[in-house]
Amino acid sequence: MTEKFKRVDGRGLEELRKIEAKIGTIKRADGSAYFAFGKSRAIAAAYGPRQLFPQHLQNPEQVLLRCYYDMLSFSVTERKRPGPSRRGSEISYEATKALEPAVLVELFPNTVIDIYANILEADASTRCAAVNAASMALANGGVPMSELVTAVSIGKLDKTLVVDVCKEEEDYEEGEGATDIATAFLSKSGKLSMLHIDGNIRLSELKEALELAKKACKKIEEIQKETLKKVGD
Amino acid sequence: MEKKEKTEKKSERTIIVPGEVIASGTDFLPGEGTRREGKDIIALKFGLLEKSENLFKIIPLSGTYLPRVGNTVIGQVTDLTFNGWFIDLLSPHTGFLPVVECAGYVNKKDLAEYYNIGDMIVTKVRDLRSRSIELTMKDQTCKKLSGGFLIKINPTRVPRVIGKAGSMVTTIKNGTGCNIVVGQNGLIWIKGKDAESEIFAKEAIMKIVEKPFIDGLTDQIKEFLENKTKK
Repeated sequence: MTEKFKRVDGRGLEELRKIEAKIGTIKRADGSAYFAFGKSRAIAAAYGPRQLFPQHLQNPEQVLLRCYYDMLSFSVTERKRPGPSRRGSEISYEATKALEPAVLVELFPNTVIDIYANILEADASTRCAAVNAASMALANGGVPMSELVTAVSIGKLDKTLVVDVCKEEEDYEEGEGATDIATAFLSKSGKLSMLHIDGNIRLSELKEALELAKKACKKIEEIQKETLKKVGD
Repeated sequence: MEKKEKTEKKSERTIIVPGEVIASGTDFLPGEGTRREGKDIIALKFGLLEKSENLFKIIPLSGTYLPRVGNTVIGQVTDLTFNGWFIDLLSPHTGFLPVVECAGYVNKKDLAEYYNIGDMIVTKVRDLRSRSIELTMKDQTCKKLSGGFLIKINPTRVPRVIGKAGSMVTTIKNGTGCNIVVGQNGLIWIKGKDAESEIFAKEAIMKIVEKPFIDGLTDQIKEFLENKTKK
């Protein structure tokens, strides 16, 4: 392959940033969690299943899962205008679709489960941190799920694939430039539930990237499980 | 003290995370909160794993109240219609209490006289519909609450507060001299002679809620109650 690629923060190619995870961070929510990839910090709160209004949104076949993703105004260097944005609603939809296959939606017809994922500090791969936090918040909130959801981002910097990109890597400009791939996997079945590609990538490289992501997700999943199991102490 | 610690450690049960394989093989049966997938039994909820003979069950540690037929619950009247009352039960659906399910005679022309908006009532779940919970008052425990005060706890802790065959509630009732009604939906109504005894009962209940993992809790609460009354 290519000669040794050096990452900005001196990490190995498949090395993740320091992961921090906590549950029960928001007391008044039904379930809550905090998840951080280095400086990308997300906090999520889950509410429900609860009553859904307006009534036309109610689905007699399954629960409505709503995930709100938002970056708090102080999370980035230049103040982000608070409230929903084009980018925010897109990621909200993406996160909802990433979590849905893991939740047993058919158990609570005509109701809603709301998840609010906020980014406290952004340093790339925020949507992955948000999905990880949201999945833990759902589990913590006692929502029946068939498995957990784990997300990780893969970057293609010039021709090298790296795991868990940070902001500086996202702005990499040499050679082919940077491609950012956000992925989410279901913990047990190993199915892909989110795939978002910003940039160019060849099919063979994408396959390789997904393999890398799967491996990294296994590591993150262990941390998620460990954190959830710590409640008793 | 040392002895106590040992008993506490013994009762420690394993915490289970959704998607985890609990056991594999056809000798085991999936209980509440679990599901069979192929040969494996997998967990669907976050909670404590309990095994009785060959049946696995998960006792959830969190979550909203999911009603079941026969549950005694405490709810608030939120609205009234021509034939009944809507009751908020802190669950995914609102409860409905029809007039015919009231014990005794009710003047249909003035339902507000019986239960008005804002009133708290103890009621029982009669039936579950897709969008509502049917309630009934035809039970000895059902009544309108007046006086006293309410506290809210996590509904998953209710079995602990009640104890085996009501042993825990009875202990607190006797220890504090308060009248206590525990709703399965996590609302607890306390009424005593004075505010002091009511707060005392609340303290005891909060103590149980904080320690869901320990066995021999009834004895600990007894001790706690005795110590307080001595002072």
